[in-house]
Amino acid sequence: MPTVIKLRKGLNIKLAGKAEKILLPEVAVTRFGVRFTDFPGLVARLEVQEGDRVMAGSVLFHDKAFPEVKYVSPVSGVVREIIRGEKRVLVEVVIEQEGSEKIDFGAADPLKLTREELMAKLLQSGLWPVLRQRPYHIVASPGAVPRDIFISAFDTAPLAPDIDFALTNIHGGHLQTGINVLSGLTTGKIHISEEAGGSRATEMMNLKNVVFHQFSGPHPAGNTGIQIHHIAPVSKGEVVWTVDLQDVVAIGRLFDTGFHDRERIIALAGPGVLHRKYHRIKPGASVSGILKGNLAEGNLRIISGNVLTGKKISPDGSFGFYDNMVTVIPEGDYSEFLGWAEPGLKKFSYWRTFVSKLIPRKEYVMDTNLHGGHRAFVVSGHYENVLPMDIYPVHLLKAIIAGDVELMENLGIYEVAEEDFALCEYIDPSKTEIQEIIRSGINLMIKEMN
Amino acid sequence: MNFLLKRMKKIEPLFEKGGRFEKLHSVYDGFATFLFVPDKVTYRGSHIRDHMDMKRTMTVVIIALIPALLFGSYNIGLQHTRAFGINDWTLMNMFWFGFLKLLPLIIVSYVVGLGIEFIAAQIRGHEINEGYLVTGMLIPLIMPIDVPLWMLAVSVAFSVIIGKEIFGGTGMNILNPALTARAFLFFSYPGWMTGDAVWIEGLTKGGGLDGFSGATPLALAKLDGFSQMPSAMEMFIGTIPGSVGETSTVAILIGAFILLVTGVGSWRIMLSMTLGALGMGLLLNATGGNEYTQIPAYYHLIMGGFAFGAVFMATDPVTAAQTNTGKYIYGALTGIMVVIIRVFNPAYPEGTMLAILLMNVFAPLIDHFVVNANINRRLKRVKTA
Repeated sequence: MPTVIKLRKGLNIKLAGKAEKILLPEVAVTRFGVRFTDFPGLVARLEVQEGDRVMAGSVLFHDKAFPEVKYVSPVSGVVREIIRGEKRVLVEVVIEQEGSEKIDFGAADPLKLTREELMAKLLQSGLWPVLRQRPYHIVASPGAVPRDIFISAFDTAPLAPDIDFALTNIHGGHLQTGINVLSGLTTGKIHISEEAGGSRATEMMNLKNVVFHQFSGPHPAGNTGIQIHHIAPVSKGEVVWTVDLQDVVAIGRLFDTGFHDRERIIALAGPGVLHRKYHRIKPGASVSGILKGNLAEGNLRIISGNVLTGKKISPDGSFGFYDNMVTVIPEGDYSEFLGWAEPGLKKFSYWRTFVSKLIPRKEYVMDTNLHGGHRAFVVSGHYENVLPMDIYPVHLLKAIIAGDVELMENLGIYEVAEEDFALCEYIDPSKTEIQEIIRSGINLMIKEMN
Repeated sequence: MNFLLKRMKKIEPLFEKGGRFEKLHSVYDGFATFLFVPDKVTYRGSHIRDHMDMKRTMTVVIIALIPALLFGSYNIGLQHTRAFGINDWTLMNMFWFGFLKLLPLIIVSYVVGLGIEFIAAQIRGHEINEGYLVTGMLIPLIMPIDVPLWMLAVSVAFSVIIGKEIFGGTGMNILNPALTARAFLFFSYPGWMTGDAVWIEGLTKGGGLDGFSGATPLALAKLDGFSQMPSAMEMFIGTIPGSVGETSTVAILIGAFILLVTGVGSWRIMLSMTLGALGMGLLLNATGGNEYTQIPAYYHLIMGGFAFGAVFMATDPVTAAQTNTGKYIYGALTGIMVVIIRVFNPAYPEGTMLAILLMNVFAPLIDHFVVNANINRRLKRVKTA
């Protein structure tokens, strides 16, 4: 039995609207999209035009810096639209699904392939971007060999799906193959972090070539960034990779069947959803299918991902590349009379200035209101309480704001991702856009280091 | 409230850019957001945010100050009756008398300070910072009751402009603004900030009982007047001369309780500062030196402004050390400095204000060392790997 790594810092946000563990069959939709903003820092070069026919696995665009990193269509159909934003910056490639042609990349036993052959297959099939690297929490650079690969087998974010449930229901048998692929890519170990005291899905039971770790504690204990920090932190010059467990299955599926198929089991949750269940969905699919007739009354925000780190999308927007849930919460576009002075019986908070701390409820409805105005940093000693890392959050943030690259490096910029700081942003009474600052710091590092 | 909200929304365009009152935008915004938490929603980063904001943070501190404020008002009346030999006032009489004397100080402090804050916010195009709501209440509570209002106004203006705004406003200042105001008066008009008369309402104008001295326990200790010092109980309860809000350790402890229960105040600083002062006091008890070193160490905690400083001043999150380890060091050193200044400095009977201001200056240095230790841990990892 591995020793349990106990984390005390953090916060479980008691958001209402957990999904029931009932899996619904895949809902057919025709609109699919691949969003460029799902890949921070990516400068893309398009390989298709509007009207082009594509198959599942056809290349849509590639990375300008690493042309071998391809991003492919999740389905077959026609490129309906290439959406651009301000200054013609690429936003999304929209595909109208038609037919079911898919490219056969060829099945192969990963144990018999060299590292180059494994990489080539992942790059060619468009599955490479599921591998993300620390530092920077971006798509793994194909040039570097990762010291280790980290996989989180539990998610502690608000209303997060049960990964064991997902793993049990996914069209499976590919997990070990996926692990075998990963073992061929790293010189180090494959670390899987589980929740202490949790059950282990049968798929995981007899897994070989992996090291298990157990974590206990509140969110963000399920974030790979936090787990890496406690298992074997990333120092300057080192690179490690992280990959989602369901994507390990997708990698396995590629090698077992020859096809790019990232079907995943996700949770549809949140107070704005009527029937909160698990769904089978492909990344890129429009969420309109699972949301149809399923939304509560009122002005709602649909989020691909969890409420802390997800992306706001439209009711027919595309399900994000890395996400494992869709959350719907009410918009908070109302004014509250003397809201700051209210005792706060129904207000969940990190802070002990609310009555809800004395008389806690099981769950709370939360909306998107900012609950205050932007201020300078004033309080101290609290951000640390929700960041279980040996890092001084405010000092790091100030170093980023000052653009002091050396100090950022010294204070641990290589170890962090914006998702690790999401709770700091949530509790901040100064309403600072902390995740945005972290990302801008990472972007600055990438620029300075190249 | 919908009616009020509609009215506010209706006049809002007047204060926008190009509107008739655009120069008053910060004022409008300050009042509007005071009345209604605005309908702003998150547009990037976390979609949900905590209900806590700066207004609520500051409100908690103000609530924590209320016991000291109420007792201070009563004590103004009480000290007045003692000095002038009045025997027939009830508790309510004394409180009301004191409250009416204190009210002008509070009003002047808020009007001058908030006025400058509004202007600064307008110039910068920021929202109004709530920090002064606390500072504006702290300042009257650390003044002698007889301080002339114009002096108070000047000191407030000095502290807000020189002490805070030129550094970039709330969150950027190095020195505690309330103590900056007090230090300004202390060095500019020492006659009004020290001595035996200023602590009691009306005594500076004369007319006190013959032989009555308004000396604070600290002054008595300094002048070796130990025999005349009030009992420890009196000092703990606070029926002694002193700055308005500082005398009652009990009232301040109630405030400390509120700050600690809500998590707004730092227990690390309060605890380490208390232990620092107590430790230094005990050390002096053991080593001796002069008569002052021989007073019971715990006297330092209940005399003068120590308790008020430890609970409300040293804990100011902006000017204190920001790292948790740094807070222990900062607090302990502040406590030690208080006692050293009190006992060994020939000029100043009180050391709390100067000790905190001094440590405010050193707080970034303390943090620097703590953060450097973190950096070294990280660098060491690279070297050993």
